[in-house]
Formats: sequence, C-alpha cells, structure tokens
Amino acid sequence: MMSAQFPILSALDALTGALFLLTAIGILATRQVLASLQLFIAQSLLLTLSAVLLGIALKSPHLFAVAAITICTKTVMIPWILRRTVSAEVYRTREIQRVLNIPSSLLIAAILIIIAHALMSPLVAAVKVPFAQINLPLGLAAMFLGTFTVVARREAVPQLLGLLALENGVFFAGVAIVPSLPVIAELAAAVDVPVVVLVIGLLTRQIRQVVGMTAVGLLASLREE
Amino acid sequence: MELTAVLIIPPFASALSLSPFGRHLAAPITFVSAISLFLLALSVAATVAQTGHIEALHGTLACDGLGALVLMLVALVATTAALFSWGYIRIRSLEEGPRKEQRYYGLYNLFVASLVAVPILANVALMWVAVELTTLFSAFLVAFENTPAALEAAWKYVMLTTLGAVLALLGFLMLYWGTRIAGSETFTWVSLVDAAPHVPPALLWPAFLLILVGFGTKVGLVPMHTWLPDAHSQAPASICALLSGVETMTVLYVILRLFPVVGGAPALDARPWFVGFGLLSVAVASLLLVYARDFKRMFAFSTVEHMGIILVAAGLGGTEAHLAAAYQMTGHAIAKSFCFFAAGVIATRFRTQQIESVRGLLLAAPASALALAAGAFAIAGAPPFAIFVSEFLIFKAGIASGQYLVTGLLAFFVAIAFCAVMFHVNRMTFSQPPSDEPIPAAPLSCALAIAFAAIPLVLFGIYIPGPLRNLLRAAAAAMGG
Repeated sequence: MMSAQFPILSALDALTGALFLLTAIGILATRQVLASLQLFIAQSLLLTLSAVLLGIALKSPHLFAVAAITICTKTVMIPWILRRTVSAEVYRTREIQRVLNIPSSLLIAAILIIIAHALMSPLVAAVKVPFAQINLPLGLAAMFLGTFTVVARREAVPQLLGLLALENGVFFAGVAIVPSLPVIAELAAAVDVPVVVLVIGLLTRQIRQVVGMTAVGLLASLREE
Repeated sequence: MELTAVLIIPPFASALSLSPFGRHLAAPITFVSAISLFLLALSVAATVAQTGHIEALHGTLACDGLGALVLMLVALVATTAALFSWGYIRIRSLEEGPRKEQRYYGLYNLFVASLVAVPILANVALMWVAVELTTLFSAFLVAFENTPAALEAAWKYVMLTTLGAVLALLGFLMLYWGTRIAGSETFTWVSLVDAAPHVPPALLWPAFLLILVGFGTKVGLVPMHTWLPDAHSQAPASICALLSGVETMTVLYVILRLFPVVGGAPALDARPWFVGFGLLSVAVASLLLVYARDFKRMFAFSTVEHMGIILVAAGLGGTEAHLAAAYQMTGHAIAKSFCFFAAGVIATRFRTQQIESVRGLLLAAPASALALAAGAFAIAGAPPFAIFVSEFLIFKAGIASGQYLVTGLLAFFVAIAFCAVMFHVNRMTFSQPPSDEPIPAAPLSCALAIAFAAIPLVLFGIYIPGPLRNLLRAAAAAMGG
C-alpha cells in the first residue's frame, strides 16, 4: 500500500483524521453554542494540520496555500464575523432546542460513520492515491455528520456551524484528492466561506429583530395545508 | 470581447446604484445596464449560432450553444425584470425610503452578474463559485419584504441550497481528480468531456450523484424542492421572475452539462437517473399544483414541474429530445417570468396572494386578467405558445425512441398540471367580483414590462427566427446529441 511510502506522516495524518471526526461529533452533540464554535475552530486547525502533513509528503506548495487560507478564514475571520453579527446568540444563549436528544443523535452519528466508510471503500480500492484511504472516508463521515447537525438543530447559529463542519469535511477529503487545484479556485473558495457566514449571520440578526427569536427550526408558517 | 463586457457591466452597475448617483437613478441605471447586457448576449448568441463557439481572455471565458442560450435567456429576463422593478420596488419601499431601493438594485445587479457568470466561465471550479454566489446575492432579495414569512423563506433558501452546493463541491473535486488521472491539465467542460472515457467509473459515478443531488437541491428537484415554493412565493415579483425563470435553469444547465460527461464513460448510464428524478418532480409538482392556495406558490410548483420535464427530455436521449429540451428551456424562461409579472401586479393591486380572495378579475381588472390568463395558458402548455410545441416534441421524441412508459407517465402528469393551473386561473378570472371598490392601477413600468415580455411569449410559439433555430441546434449538440 501507499501508506508504506510515508509511514510516519500517514500515522500522523490518521491521528489528525480521528481527532477531526471527534470534533465533528462534538459539534453535533454539544449543548452550548460557544463550545460548538470552539470545536469548529479546533476542527479547522486539524484540517490545516492535515493539509500541512500532506503538503510535506506530496511536496505540494498548493496544500500549504490551502493551510494558510484555512487558518485565516476559519479560525480568524469566521469567529470575528460571528461576533460582529450574532454575538448574543453565540456568547449568551445556552442552546437547548434540538430535534433529537443527545444519545439518539450519537447513535445515528455512529451509523452515518459506518455508512461513509462502506460508501468510500470501492473508490479507495479502485484509485490508489497516498492518504486517500485516510482522508476520503473520514471527510465523507464528517460531511454526513455536518448535514445531520443542520437537520438536528433548531437554533440558527448551531445550524450554520453544522454547515461549516460539512464544508470542512469536503476540504478534508479534498486535500487528499486534489493537491494541485488552480490557485484562483482556491482563493475563490476561500472568499466564499466567509461570505456565506456573513450572509447567514446578517439574516439571523434580521430574523431576531423581526421574529423575536432565532429558533429557525420552529419557523413553519410556510407549508402546504 | 462581448463576453468580457458581459462580466464587467453588471458589477459596475451595482457600484453605480449604491453610489450617491443611485439615490434617484438606481432604477434607470439598472435598466440601461440590463439592456446593454441583453444586446451583448444577443451578439454572443448570434456568433455562436453561426460558429458554434466563442471565447475571450485566452479561454478564461467560453461559450457554446447551450451556454449562449442560457446567457441570452438570463439577460432577457434581467431586462424585463429591471423594467418591472422600476415602479414595483418604488411602491414597495415607500416607507423605508431610497436607501432600501438602492440596496435592492445593488444586489439585483450582483445577482445578475453571478447568473451570467455561470454559463460563460470556462473553469468548472470557478463556475461552482458563481453558482454559490447566486444564492448569496439573492438571499436578501428574497428577504426584501422583511416579514417573518419572507425571512423564513430566505433562511430555508440559503441553508438548503448552500448545503446542496457544498455536497456538489466534493463532486466537482472528484471530477477534477478524474481529469488529472486522465492526464488533462485544465479543468473545463471541454476537457472533462474529453477526459471522461479515461476516468475510473468508481470515481465518475459518485461525483455525478453528488452533483445531481447537490445542485438538484437548487434546481428544486423532488424531494429536495421544499425550500423552492417558499422562496419563490415570498420574494418580490421581479426577483421571483429571475429565481423561477432563469436561476433554477442556470443550475439545471450545469447538471445537463454532465450528461455528455457521464455518457462518455462506457460503463455508466446517467439516463435512468435523469428520467427518474425528472418524472418524480413532474408527478409531485402536478399533485401539489392541484392543492395550491396561493397563486405565486402555484407558479413556483409549476417551475418544479418544468425542471422535471426538461430533465426527462434530456434523459430520453437523442437529438430530437435534446432539441425539445432546449426549446422547453426557452419557453419556460419567457413564460414563467411573464407569469410572475402578472401575479405581482395582481398581488399588489388586490393586496393578497390567496387564490380564493381574487375573484372576478376579468370585470375588476381586465388587463391584469388578460395577462394572467395568457401567462397561465403559456406555462401550462396550451397552443399556440412555445411550451405546447416543445412538450409535443418531447412526447414525439419519446414515442419515436420507443420509451412508451416514460412518455405516457410524463404526458399523464403534464395533463394533470395543465388542468390544475387552468382550474385555479379560471376561478380567479371569471365569476363575479366580490365588491365594486375601485382597485389601484398598476405602475406604468410594470405594464410596460408585461407588454415587452409578451412579445417573445406570443412570437416564439408560432415562429422561431432562423438564428434562434440554429442556436437551439447548437445547444442540443452541446447536450451530447
């Protein structure tokens, strides 16, 4: 296998991936919004670490660019934007509104992780690329957990953090399979994420002003009778 | 040259609308920008109809038949919607004043910029960014009315379509990986089609499914359609025209682009997925149309139906079916934007969107009644409008290729949708008006926009100009048949 090529870096990447998945579970299961945000920042740091490890192994300067962009946007800009737009939701509220309780959420999370592994095994077997067998299944699992977080949460900011965790999952898988995306595409994707956070943050603020709450999961005036 | 200008004009108009000039002139600036965009798009389309291809900036921007068709339709609807906005947005933002109007036009032009960028950007990764930007720029246009319902609609719209776009992103990264494995250096639609036969199917297939489901969310394919009737009924009518008429179609264009890519891989067949998702969307939308209570929501369901029809037509395969799909896209963009203009005028004049609350339209407001009836006939697929012809061509292509079951089911659900739309519009148009109160007149710009939008609506059902015919052929060729 390819992992024999880079024994130490592979082991480090596998450890990073395991911690990455743990933070995804944490974002899904934690009770507090602030803890959720801190877990997201930790997850972004682990994504950066994986990009650096792969960058060293594959000698790809592009991956170092990805790492730098991730640090700037996800650990600095996004928390700053959230503080400016929805600081009350992040720093003062304790989230209790959720669709499912924590044990059932964790059970579903475990099932989703197994499904992600099963789905990716034929692809990993077919295309032999170093690190893909670590990053692809774990990235897909994090994507599933992020999507499930969006579904399972009722509050606006935790839903947004689920979306961002999903996006981190895509990039965790992505760094292994596209070590040389054109720089312009990297930059565009880098600009995209803070804009998403800005738009959703401003929308959340407007919802609080007009509706008086941010439990968006409870908004249900529009539906078929 | 034209392609570069197409990309530059709308952001420029946006900056101008937000500058002090825009305080009184944002609407005319936007309208002039949209008209020049439309003329440029026509020139691009004319070139492509002759030569089949156009590019600019050393291949950074490129356009073939399908791209030029989408570009032209986006520019057309952007023009009529800009004219419609002129009076419509003024009366909707009387209380908040010109600042709100300026913000509207600033975002409107950026939204149009992102819509025209999708069909002309050659790099597929940048195209994904453009699709993502269409959502982000239109979010606050959907929330323009600032009511709880509008904000709820905007939230669902942004959350679900962004979620879909992020899923699709992994699909595009996989496609890029595939082109690298196949030895291609660039990541354009052309290089993708060339590389497809050499990409491992274990890679191409999950990529295709991720993009179909992810971008299918933004197209409004069932079962990912739940946000669409909310956003398309709560936004201002001019924005509904863009969302329903061209935004959904712009994203569908990306999915249609995958058809020749997957078709190039010998072991894979995308057609059952196109037909399956398409038929499911048509079936569910036609049943939802029967139970519609809100007339803007009714037209939104009809968009889900039409996206399904186009997908089925693409999935049927063959030149005839693809030509019909391109024609259906044209008919949909023109008729659906017209319908939302009519619905917007009626909603403004009667202060309601409930079908039950609008009665006796023909006596109370004859011109609006005529517009609504014409739009409903056109969108439901009655002769002599374009959608009648394109749907007929789809059925014909389906029967000629021996796919009787698919064609029969499609015809059945299209007939249900036709009856549902006719039933609702009939109840609104005829019968006695509930009271003799005078109804406020529609703003002049709205009437003018409807009159302009009526020209292609009436014309393209009975006569297709030669260049447009060539463009439709080129579009069908780009879909791979």
